[in-house]
Amino acid sequence: MKSFNYARADSPEAAVRAGGRFIAGGTNLLDLMKLQVETPEKLVDISRLDLNTVEEQDGGLLIGALVPNSDLAADPRVIANYPVLSRALLAGASGQLRNKATTGGNLLQRTRCYFFYDTHAACNKREPGSGCDALGGFNRIHAILGTSEHCIATHPGDMPVAMRALDATVVTLKPDGDRRRIPLGDFYRLPGDTPHIETVLESGELITHVALPAPPPGARQLYRKVRDRASYAFALVSVAGVIAVENGTITHAALAFGGLAHQPWRDPAVEGALVGRAPEQAAFDAAADALLVGARGFGHNDFKIPLARRVLITALRDLTGEPA
Amino acid sequence: MRFTINGSKREADPDIRASLLDVLREEFALTGTKKGCDHGQCGACTVLANGRRINACLTLAVMHQDDDIVTIEGLGSADSLHPMQAAFVRHDGYQCGYCTPGQICSAVGMLDEVAKGWPSHVSDDLSAPMFDDGEISERMSGNLCRCSAYPNIVDAIRDVHAQEQKA
Repeated sequence: MKSFNYARADSPEAAVRAGGRFIAGGTNLLDLMKLQVETPEKLVDISRLDLNTVEEQDGGLLIGALVPNSDLAADPRVIANYPVLSRALLAGASGQLRNKATTGGNLLQRTRCYFFYDTHAACNKREPGSGCDALGGFNRIHAILGTSEHCIATHPGDMPVAMRALDATVVTLKPDGDRRRIPLGDFYRLPGDTPHIETVLESGELITHVALPAPPPGARQLYRKVRDRASYAFALVSVAGVIAVENGTITHAALAFGGLAHQPWRDPAVEGALVGRAPEQAAFDAAADALLVGARGFGHNDFKIPLARRVLITALRDLTGEPA
Repeated sequence: MRFTINGSKREADPDIRASLLDVLREEFALTGTKKGCDHGQCGACTVLANGRRINACLTLAVMHQDDDIVTIEGLGSADSLHPMQAAFVRHDGYQCGYCTPGQICSAVGMLDEVAKGWPSHVSDDLSAPMFDDGEISERMSGNLCRCSAYPNIVDAIRDVHAQEQKA
């Protein structure tokens, strides 16, 4: 690991003025620093800041950026009103990692692309302009939607997928003292020709909270994750679904996907294929068609296209069928 | 920096890059905590920090100022085994033993999480999780055992949980 300067911040305001990479749980950043994929010159330790509570606000929840994944998944208000979020958190990582990993850090988790991790490989995300060895290489875990000729990496997270379906907003503090509220749908960037820039956060901008609006009344929620082993593995395909049905018609549909793209993927066309229709196979097929119309495989990950279709359709059946 | 390790106040002046794992092993000779993968994948470095199980390899020592760290050496001794250590012996919950300190620290932290009512990925009811062998396997998935002593590890953990329920 390359050496660095270290400072512990005692307030969010001091943290954003300190000028450095923020570290909280550290489970992703330190892993990457050991491999010299990340080589920050200065770490600003934000782990002691008073941002570790979950408060009720405007009928929803205001989640501190430092709330550990474990605590958020077990919060009775999350279990009662946002079970898709509990399920997504519990589907990710291991017990030890969830005890350390934080809400803000999980949003910023970096890709698990093998070539991003391998400093001898070409990777435009790690070293802009160096190329992308995933394009012609072993790309089984890679993206099928929203890719570019410069990067086909996926966002590896589970929690952000659920938050995307729940219309979460990221609350930040900038070095000049301004606060921003960024809808999660506007938070992540597609790779384009700058895959090393993953979010709209500005230099020194700190995530302080994530706000969840009140859950849609009467909606059922589900998180389904398909992976190579039953536990402690990243998603090949995952779906977070929030669906309400009234009098035989779908009245609300929010569907977000993990494992498919550079960001938690959500497409209004998928939901448009469902709302106003009966929860039947024809509507489910239309939703899958809408999701995958622009999908493109790169060889080893071609299987994700039919897999995503099947995962979506079974999720929709479970969300709209008779309760188990 | 100062912290509490296995009940004793200790001081250290680690390299800024040192993981908690390396400081425990190199500065305090607490070599029960093992360095397996050094990337949070195997769980051999699991310790309890302020009562929670964490991977000691993925955390900087300097970030643990004033924390209360418990390692396998702090759970019990050869003369006075912790109930989880005794259960691993009784059930033969290891072969080579390399992963065992991490397995035991993780199991102790995990049963505390169960006692708090925390759900897991396999819990049918998030607000009232059951405790069975499937729950043990899921909750212990961050600890790998190359010898694959898993059935006996599960037996040992189930046994300690049953003892705690009776107590």
